[in-house]
Amino acid sequence: MTILKTSVAKKVAMALSGLFLVVFLLLHLAINLTLIYPGKETFDAAVEFMGTNPLIQVMQPILFLGFIFHIIMGIYLEWTNRSKRSVKYVKNNQAVASSWASRNMIWTGLFVLVFLALHLFNYFVPFKTQDVSDHYALVTGLFKNPVYTLLYVLAFVLLGIHLSHGFQSAFQSLGTPREKCNKFLVCCGYIFAIVIAVGFSAVAVYFYFN
Amino acid sequence: MKLNLKIWRQAGPNAKGRMVDYKIDGVESDMSFLEMLDLLNEKLIGKGDEPIAFDHDCREGICGMCSLFINGEAHGPDRLITTCQLHMRKFNDGDTITIEPWRANAFPVIKDLIVDRSALDRIQQAGGYISVNTSGRSVDANNIPIPKKDADMAFDAATCIGCGACVATCKNASAMLFVSAKVAQFALLPQGRVEAAKRVQDMVAAMDAEGFGSCTNTGACEVECPKGISLTNIAILNKEFLLAQTK
Repeated sequence: MTILKTSVAKKVAMALSGLFLVVFLLLHLAINLTLIYPGKETFDAAVEFMGTNPLIQVMQPILFLGFIFHIIMGIYLEWTNRSKRSVKYVKNNQAVASSWASRNMIWTGLFVLVFLALHLFNYFVPFKTQDVSDHYALVTGLFKNPVYTLLYVLAFVLLGIHLSHGFQSAFQSLGTPREKCNKFLVCCGYIFAIVIAVGFSAVAVYFYFN
Repeated sequence: MKLNLKIWRQAGPNAKGRMVDYKIDGVESDMSFLEMLDLLNEKLIGKGDEPIAFDHDCREGICGMCSLFINGEAHGPDRLITTCQLHMRKFNDGDTITIEPWRANAFPVIKDLIVDRSALDRIQQAGGYISVNTSGRSVDANNIPIPKKDADMAFDAATCIGCGACVATCKNASAMLFVSAKVAQFALLPQGRVEAAKRVQDMVAAMDAEGFGSCTNTGACEVECPKGISLTNIAILNKEFLLAQTK
């Protein structure tokens, strides 16, 4: 574990946990999209699969640990990095040299965390503790609440911004040959960010109006 | 050209500093930024005031001594130049210019606009070299064939002048661009491969020990670097660091 004490290893750990969560997001989006097409039957089957498949049951606590690690390490790194410049600049024109997304990973991340807590409370907890007979109705019912839907869309827009920097940054931290694949990875990062933000939001907006 | 200057004044390392306003007249557009400060200092000395202390040496953009955070940017509002290469034609008559020292806990202020950048020297001493016997019988480096692409990348990394603009501009006060350039310039060449694993680990350890922040890949360092040191070097450092763990 001594390797984790170095700043570079912490970056690598952030990158790996982030990419692990990226895989989870894709799976989650695929299931959510079945709410719109093909519809209720497929969604219920997917929920049944997620609730009973042994591999998923093994992965669930690992996913939970992945989230906890990424969140705690992210907050820790932000906290320590802030302490490295005790006297701030009177004038600091940061916007000319770096993107808003790259400078505000902590804030976009924390907002998504707040949403995640709400999401777990609204869906995951009833799913695990109560005998929910109709998951389709539970999920689509939540989107009838305009405040919830607005918060949901905002969270995924911010997650998209988080991913627009995080995706390509993770590969940079892992040392991928930048001169060969940087443009490709940045492009993939933007596409992935848009797919996640638009994909999740579309489901919420669809059920708000239907 | 008349200018309003807001300059950080601090009598010594432990003294409390503050921004002081100055008005200066007679600035020519073809003066360099440092010549403008020279002019201000002559006026201050003429009045019996303490001149403003700032770092400078070659004034040709190669020594890495000049610094200054000008209007919120390291080396001021121009690209691929050091402060000594910044000219007053980049400013307009009547402008207010804010001038601050590099800010990082690893770069403590010595006086006014001068900071102690010896932390970068100590990182370099931790591994930024190759162990070669230079008794006079050493083999000419050019005897070893090196692909042009690798030689060019190593040379580009070696153009880092160690000014510290990357640290100054990074929101985390990280020295990753500096350290990565010093790691990459050797890692890309056969002579540097021999000690590559130890070098990257020692230099990263030294960087952390000096109190620099960690890199979050914002890319601000690359934009503000007067020598255009590429973020590619940071990816090379990360790869070298991971490879070193397997050795």
